[in-house]
Amino acid sequence: MSLGARHLYVHLPFCAHRCGYCDFVTVVGRHSQHAEYVEALLAELELERGVLAPQLETVFLGGGTPTFTEPAALERLLASLPPASEVTVEANPETVTQELARMLRAQGVNRISLGVQSFRPHLLEVLDRVVQPDTVRRAFYHLRDAGFDNISFDLIYGIPGQAPSDLDADLADALELGPEHLSCYELEAKHGTRFTHAHGEELERQADAMEWYFELVVERLTGAGYRWYETANFCRASERDLRSRHNLAYWLGRDYLALGVGAVSTIGGRRWRNTPRLAGYMQALESEIAPEREIEPLSHDVQRRERVMLGLRLDEPLVLGDLAGVVDERAVSRLELLGLVRSDANRQTLALTPRGRFLGGGVTADLLV
Amino acid sequence: MTQDRIRNFSIIAHIDHGKSTLADRILELTHAVSSRDMREQVLDSMDLERERGITIKAQAVRVEWKGHQLNLIDTPGHVDFTYEVSRSLQACEGALLVVDAAQGTQAQTLANAYLAIENNLDIVPVVNKIDLPSADPDAVAREIADLIGDDPEHVLRISAKTGQGVEDVLDAIVERVPAPSGDPDAPARALIFDSSYDQYRGVVAFVRVVDGSFSTREPLRAMALGTRFEAEELGFFSPTRSAASTLEAGEVGYVITGLKDVSRLRVGDTITSERRPADAPLPGYKEVKPMVFSGLFPTDSDAYPELRDALERLKLNDAALFYEPETSQALGFGFRCGFLGLLHMEIVRERLEREFDLDLIVTAPNVAYRVKPPNGEWKEVHTPSDMPNEVEEVEEPYIEASIIVPKEYVGAVMELNNDRRGTFDHMEYLSEQRVHLTYELPLAEIVLDYYDQLKSRTRGYASFDYDMIGFRPGKLVRVDVLVGGESVDALSLVIHRDSAYDRGRALVERLREEIPRQHFDVAIQAAIGARVIARETVKARRKDVLAKCYGGDISRKRKLLEKQKAGKKRMKQVGMVEVPQEAFLAVLNLSDEKKS
Repeated sequence: MSLGARHLYVHLPFCAHRCGYCDFVTVVGRHSQHAEYVEALLAELELERGVLAPQLETVFLGGGTPTFTEPAALERLLASLPPASEVTVEANPETVTQELARMLRAQGVNRISLGVQSFRPHLLEVLDRVVQPDTVRRAFYHLRDAGFDNISFDLIYGIPGQAPSDLDADLADALELGPEHLSCYELEAKHGTRFTHAHGEELERQADAMEWYFELVVERLTGAGYRWYETANFCRASERDLRSRHNLAYWLGRDYLALGVGAVSTIGGRRWRNTPRLAGYMQALESEIAPEREIEPLSHDVQRRERVMLGLRLDEPLVLGDLAGVVDERAVSRLELLGLVRSDANRQTLALTPRGRFLGGGVTADLLV
Repeated sequence: MTQDRIRNFSIIAHIDHGKSTLADRILELTHAVSSRDMREQVLDSMDLERERGITIKAQAVRVEWKGHQLNLIDTPGHVDFTYEVSRSLQACEGALLVVDAAQGTQAQTLANAYLAIENNLDIVPVVNKIDLPSADPDAVAREIADLIGDDPEHVLRISAKTGQGVEDVLDAIVERVPAPSGDPDAPARALIFDSSYDQYRGVVAFVRVVDGSFSTREPLRAMALGTRFEAEELGFFSPTRSAASTLEAGEVGYVITGLKDVSRLRVGDTITSERRPADAPLPGYKEVKPMVFSGLFPTDSDAYPELRDALERLKLNDAALFYEPETSQALGFGFRCGFLGLLHMEIVRERLEREFDLDLIVTAPNVAYRVKPPNGEWKEVHTPSDMPNEVEEVEEPYIEASIIVPKEYVGAVMELNNDRRGTFDHMEYLSEQRVHLTYELPLAEIVLDYYDQLKSRTRGYASFDYDMIGFRPGKLVRVDVLVGGESVDALSLVIHRDSAYDRGRALVERLREEIPRQHFDVAIQAAIGARVIARETVKARRKDVLAKCYGGDISRKRKLLEKQKAGKKRMKQVGMVEVPQEAFLAVLNLSDEKKS
């Protein structure tokens, strides 16, 4: 019944510098290559156009720092991508100028995901962010002025040196600006990175604090009228559905095509990851052949497990249907008794209770057979 | 071969005093193995033995020396295996008593030498490792001579490692060990002193022929059990298997029985001929009673039948191993097993895991108790959870510990024994430097970590052996552990009233560390009857989420979740609580807690 993927992700790996905690595929500088890379993306799009539906629902430009890309190259890319009803671009505050905001708007972008991370200067410094708190506000108003009425903030908690009052103040500062959407992540420091090396002890202390930082985030944001619609995502309750439609596609187990270096696509029970090497990626597409890919076939069973794992991150009940086969009935009963899971009378749907959502990882591990 | 040219002997020695090296050298010297083919320690056939450097199972090897047939019957050297040593000794007329020239007599040397003397064996004393710089052969020779009432001049001085003096050992065996004295014309009788199982050929019995002779294809009978079988093959090891048409009076060898049911032939039984059966069996072995017990449970409950089969196999040549089915609420179906001691337990566990590929949970060991309920009969209890709540009297097994230690550590040993409810019995100087101490101790006090403690407090110099001396009354109580309100039978322990509180406290603290945080608060309690003596809480987790999850993260997150799931599957469910298997071993490690 698949009429092709209706969701497109485009990866722009370039950044002004690499932040210590980041584990995305990123490339520092290389201005000279930006235009060339955009051509490679478009070449990959041509190769894969067959897997896309005639009409797309969402396009998402992520990175890296998409807005760090040379404006001309970025404009050419946006102009060449197929239209969609939700087009999101990730932006770092320091890159958002009036001109850029206008250009994005003119090119059909209607949603911005702003990498705020924190409003505290000392924490931004720990994160290697060059930005000042005022820069965030300025960027926000440039975007509003350009007509963006759907802006999301990324916030990070569990930063080395962060006190509970810092988190409280960050949330208050964010709420004062009133974005339509907020994504709040705990800092995930990978083992062996220089960041972990530099902040090891403090990260351990934060790991303990993180338990109730998460509760604090949910409490503050839902208290301010935001809907906790996904484990780490909140949207303003409004007549408009302000959930990220693109990310919902992931959580609902829909097919998506992803272009770019290191990008991961999932279509028709097959997942593949493009080579993370920029040179290799560009070389292949210069010759109009697909870049080197790592392919992971997804069995029916694995697909169903993923749909349970992802679906339970959402606030709306998961409709079980054929997913019932990978859910452990006895675990459902036990977890219902503990007040972590709720199910309807006929066990047609499954959802986590608020407390269950705080324990979503363990609860999901319990639920799967 | 006529009996006057046969010599049957064992080597008895403390662990590491060079028994296996001497055996190897004897095989080499008698051309039983060429030095090129020589693996070190040929006699220890099991991997496990080779790795641990100790010998578990007795085995016999035949060699030729100056027109004589010498049968070397190997014996185990550790404290737990006194019983097996005595089994092997019953098949011999003589024993080499080997003592390290640097270390001198050790507790096991004493124990085994006395055992040999009790069995009327002629002893050939040997001081080994005279090549070591720290060797003092004359002093050690005096010690041995003193011990067995011999002349120090009679003590051989050798180095099994270099081969120096080994020929003299062989000559001494021929000269000093008496020839067997059975009746070659009487109805045939052979003592089964060991056995093993071959997948294709069934039970293989190691026998010492006492009277008459046996031949291939002869119909035979095990006298105690009445099992009938045929000698499919007879022979001996030299050291590889050599078939022979007959086994004569005085000889040592093997009988392949073809029996597939291992329970039908028992070590200690007498084999006789069906055609001309003997009237009475040979004196067998006294039944040994296991004194240390623990529960063995398969990690995967489906593996219960395999565990049962494996225990049956082990029992075949380990008569001291005892087992009966046990059901635990926490651990499912398994077996309560009885062992001679801790090393025996450890070796059984390792053999089960290694040779039979089983994954096991072994509960903390305990001793056998005799209990008398009010107005009831005395009975023996092997499992703490079987100990009745109301008891009039309880008795626990006691041992006499024999410890040899350099004099500067006497204080440390006394302190340890006092801590362990020991009663001083006796002390004597073996030499100017070394002291022999005897203590009476409850067996329960040594089953956990006594030996390790003894070694560490004496920098490894102490040697230790013990004998059971019977049951004595004790002020013992049962401490139960409740996890999330449910009593966990596998964690119950029986303990002296005076240390119940400390142990209970330490146990719940250890469990709090071992039990991971759950979706709810978990209370861990230690209780005597209805009285809670210690309590800890594992606080509920408040957060357990995989933070962010977008298109590129899904596979990794799924794998993390699967890992988490696999971790949960390895846990045992106690009520609603997931308890890792390690937690069941928490009782074992309590002593660390006590020290710190």
